[in-house]
Amino acid sequence: MTRFLAPTIATPRPAPQDPRQWHDRLREDLFYSPGATLATLGMLALLAFAGWHLLNWALLDAVFTGTAELSPSDACRTPGVTGACWAVIGDKLRLILFGVYPYAEQWRPAVACVLMIVLYVLSVQRRLWRPSLALIWVVFLGAVIVLMRGGVFGLSSVTDDQWGGLPVTLILSTLGLGMAFPVAILLALARQQRKLPMLQAASVGLIEFARGVPLLVVLFMASVMMPLFLPADWQISKLLRVLIAFTLFGAAYLAEVIRGGLQAIPAGQYEAAAALSLNYAQTMRDVILPQALRMVIPGIVNIFIGFFKATSIVVVVGIFDLMTAAKRAVSDPLWQNAGIEVYLFAALIYFVFCFSLSRYSARLERDLARGATN
Amino acid sequence: MKVTTTYHRAGIYGLAGAALLASVSTAAAQEGSPTLDAVRERGELACGVIGSSFGFSLPDSQGVMQGMDADSCRAVAAAVLGDANAVRWVPLVPSQRLTALQTGEVDLLFAQLTWTMSRETDSGVQMTSVNYFDGTGFLVPTALGVSSAMELDGANVCSIQGPGEVTARDFFSSNGMEFTPVLFAEGQELRAAFLAGRCDVYMIDQSALISFRASLGENSANYVVLPEIISNEPLSGAVRKGDPVWYDIARYAHIAMVNAEALGITSENVDSFDASASPAIRRFLGLDGTLGQASGLQPNWAHDIIAQVGNYGEMWERSFGQSGADRGANRLARDGGQQYPYPMR
Repeated sequence: MTRFLAPTIATPRPAPQDPRQWHDRLREDLFYSPGATLATLGMLALLAFAGWHLLNWALLDAVFTGTAELSPSDACRTPGVTGACWAVIGDKLRLILFGVYPYAEQWRPAVACVLMIVLYVLSVQRRLWRPSLALIWVVFLGAVIVLMRGGVFGLSSVTDDQWGGLPVTLILSTLGLGMAFPVAILLALARQQRKLPMLQAASVGLIEFARGVPLLVVLFMASVMMPLFLPADWQISKLLRVLIAFTLFGAAYLAEVIRGGLQAIPAGQYEAAAALSLNYAQTMRDVILPQALRMVIPGIVNIFIGFFKATSIVVVVGIFDLMTAAKRAVSDPLWQNAGIEVYLFAALIYFVFCFSLSRYSARLERDLARGATN
Repeated sequence: MKVTTTYHRAGIYGLAGAALLASVSTAAAQEGSPTLDAVRERGELACGVIGSSFGFSLPDSQGVMQGMDADSCRAVAAAVLGDANAVRWVPLVPSQRLTALQTGEVDLLFAQLTWTMSRETDSGVQMTSVNYFDGTGFLVPTALGVSSAMELDGANVCSIQGPGEVTARDFFSSNGMEFTPVLFAEGQELRAAFLAGRCDVYMIDQSALISFRASLGENSANYVVLPEIISNEPLSGAVRKGDPVWYDIARYAHIAMVNAEALGITSENVDSFDASASPAIRRFLGLDGTLGQASGLQPNWAHDIIAQVGNYGEMWERSFGQSGADRGANRLARDGGQQYPYPMR
């Protein structure tokens, strides 16, 4: 047995480095044969061509404002203008960001957005990961709702059919997933346990139902069918109905991810907890869930990103989210030719949020992996 | 002799009619209107609109709802609450419109709803009044050299998915012509495809045509509208069945706007009619008589509509006028259109 092992411990050595100069590397990687040279030059030409056109379209030929004689939209539609029409963003910015929220009160959704972004920044600080974080969420989201709804502290009342744009997208994804998360943990635990078969069956039924039908159908049910089943004096607003649908849907998907984490916990952990005479709640709260949740962070982030983008589907039920607001902006005949610009702007907003989330998730995995090896 | 009898008979009928009317209106006043009461208690009118369509209901850059449907809602709010801005907008996609009305989520619907028989007989809703007579027609590039829809055999026809497909199929097959439908989910893609020449014909509602032309700016001369209108789309307001007083209010809010245009009363000059000697105008503005009071309205309800929203022509100008479009079927009846000022007396 021992003869397969080295007799001494190898001395550590630095990672190998490429001894080549940059020009050698260029030549050997990109111009190593006539064919490679041709391919490289062809690609460069293509890139330069596309890049030049993009630059022309997006910046050099673009229209940013109107002129003294021409209104911004006329400046965009002047024959011969071939560039992007960024003037539309200037004119429609507040419609895209805040929808039909009363114009004079639009500082409120603006502050609400900032509050939610601060909430995200706080939530990603690992040293704040303790039970009080749940309290921070309740306080921040409560403040967001109060700010948006008004009716107290001298704020005028603004019902939720007037909310629109970015705050609606953020509220749907944040509040929806925030409420879905505890539900998902309960669903996962209910499905995992073996002692109460009825509870397990109910959990399986709910999860499989939500996963078995498209989100679109659930939204239509929530917005078109649900009011028909409710008593006439039960007026649940459309946004709330859609939020409930999102919560159930998100909970079902999250529950399955969390269950994956629960299954990956070795039986020894349960046995060790039992040996310490911890009861079920203590075992789960202090031993199993912290490990299980940590294990499935990539899956959870994946669902968060998916849901953030999926909120744009609410356009089909007439909720005024960021994407709907963007569409409304280009329904104006003055700007109907500026669809690409407005959609690019909306895409940029989605990208900033989703990309930050995915970078954060990557960093978190690295940190946690380092923590695990130490 | 004959004449006297006729007069006599007319008198009897008139008396009987008046008695009947009086009894009905007393009954109505006693019954009241649950919708009207609810709206007054809430202090705002919940109005269902599409919210995404230019000329009918579309938020402007300040987020203020603009268009014919939006102003029609405002008119009812002005009549009922005295404040045209006391409207809560409920944006609805077409499939939600009737449900939202049936379940009481909205008090009133102005959502480009075509007045059809089955909607009224089967869906528990009642059409109040047509605020826009629409219809489907064809737009072709001038370069195609076509002057009638009858020359469109074999054409590629761009249209929105949905009821329009059936209209197109009916038209082409009943005229023994072939066509290839090119369908789109929404107008933005459709317009881009048509401008790029992916189809020969754009099947388009008259109202949408106005905004499309406006969006083209100087290029609109390159396209021509064919004379045929292949479907009638009277777009109407709607209320729930079973509240006749509310139905009357919604209907007469529209009729008042048409009457105001016929009488030459606008939002600008309405206050100058306070001293008017014309009985019709005095009745209309609530200076004399009791018009609308049996429905629970204030005497000056029509004045409020005109002062705060304007007459029908002003509403049309605001919604569609800036693009220099033709009012067509939406002119007053005396100008050859279909907006008729039913007498308000």
